[in-house]
Amino acid sequence: MSHVSMKVNGKEVGGEVEGRTLLVDFLREDLKMTGTHVGCDTSQCGACVVHVDGKAVKACTIFALEAEGAEVTTIEGMANADGSLGVVQAAFQEHHGLQCGFCTPGMVMAGAALLKENPKPSEAEIRQYLEGNICRCTGYHNIVKAIMAASGQDVEPPAVAAE
Amino acid sequence: MYAFEMERPQTIADAVAALKDEDAQALGGGQTLIPTLKQRLAMPSKLVSLHGIAQMKGVCTDDDGRICIGGATTHQQVSESAGDYPALAWLASRIGDPAVRNRGTIGGSLANNDPSACYPAAALGSGAVIVTDNREIAADDYFQGMFTTALNEGEIITEVKFPVPSHAAYMKFIQPASRFPLVAVFVAKFDDGVRVAITGASEEGVFRWGEAESALSGNFAPEAVDGLSVDPSGMIGDLHGTKEYRAHLVGVMTKRAVKAAAAGETGVSSAH
Repeated sequence: MSHVSMKVNGKEVGGEVEGRTLLVDFLREDLKMTGTHVGCDTSQCGACVVHVDGKAVKACTIFALEAEGAEVTTIEGMANADGSLGVVQAAFQEHHGLQCGFCTPGMVMAGAALLKENPKPSEAEIRQYLEGNICRCTGYHNIVKAIMAASGQDVEPPAVAAE
Repeated sequence: MYAFEMERPQTIADAVAALKDEDAQALGGGQTLIPTLKQRLAMPSKLVSLHGIAQMKGVCTDDDGRICIGGATTHQQVSESAGDYPALAWLASRIGDPAVRNRGTIGGSLANNDPSACYPAAALGSGAVIVTDNREIAADDYFQGMFTTALNEGEIITEVKFPVPSHAAYMKFIQPASRFPLVAVFVAKFDDGVRVAITGASEEGVFRWGEAESALSGNFAPEAVDGLSVDPSGMIGDLHGTKEYRAHLVGVMTKRAVKAAAAGETGVSSAH
């Protein structure tokens, strides 16, 4: 076992891990931060995306020891300081960017990483950026719309359910 | 995953020393190796992470005008920093997905030499030089078949040097599910001739299409490839495409790459 320390959502954390401990397992099992999901565990689905030193990374495809000294941001770090939803999260809620919610942590983290690099992405740029994030419910349209809305660009208002 | 030790050296010398142990394995960005370990298809006793070696990261230009990329440089960094070789930067910007590009490295990709990987096409198509901890290897000598390279046990790719052609483009026909190339072609036009490297197609991994190179060196235009074909017998045939289909795509994608390169474009990734 080796000691690992890093900053997660602004807080210094540490623990004893094996060489083979994945970052996502350190987050979920050791830190009990279960917001980051493991969908496929084969590096394909993107549900486990977190930010490591500001970059989107699949937490199931990096060892915890490789994040030594890094600044990690997870979905738990995306809310505002007062606990209200952050801008990307709020846009997902407003525009129905989720159904079952399993892929949502990865989608929100990928969307936030995109907006940091490219504050006003086109629809095509959003779709291309989400190539590594798989959603089996929504068909993606409302996810794209939510990210577009979170960037401050005009989108069609969400449909209102019939009374 | 089987258990293993992890070492995190800070210098090339320490990494080489750590890799002398039997069953030690270098870890680049891990975007192929970690999934492989999870499937228990590899069981090293020790992983030596190259991530912390600052001298193996970054992109620069040498006195000969070559683009020199540290072996531990991520695809994302190459896409941002190799702008003096636009087709190479473009190729790097379309490998995998953003999260993969933020971890995966050029050294890792070339060391693995997946028959459908993108970087081998750029390295072979550019006539790059693969620099290791103890020697320089010409790309023509480096790629030795599917998942096989000239690297010795424990040898690390520290840098890759790319001569910059006057015109180049990468045309990638993707397998829509995996988004790896079903067939992709890197064409580069230098003052002394044209190089054409094909990935995704052959059972021997990346290869140069010599016949097309000769024709294109005389006339750098898509029609120069008319009537030329590769032998389907050595191509990969699977549920995504027969040998004949891949052989056909080699010609089609080569023409498209030449057309794009001649027009000053860098590349296209498509499934049609």
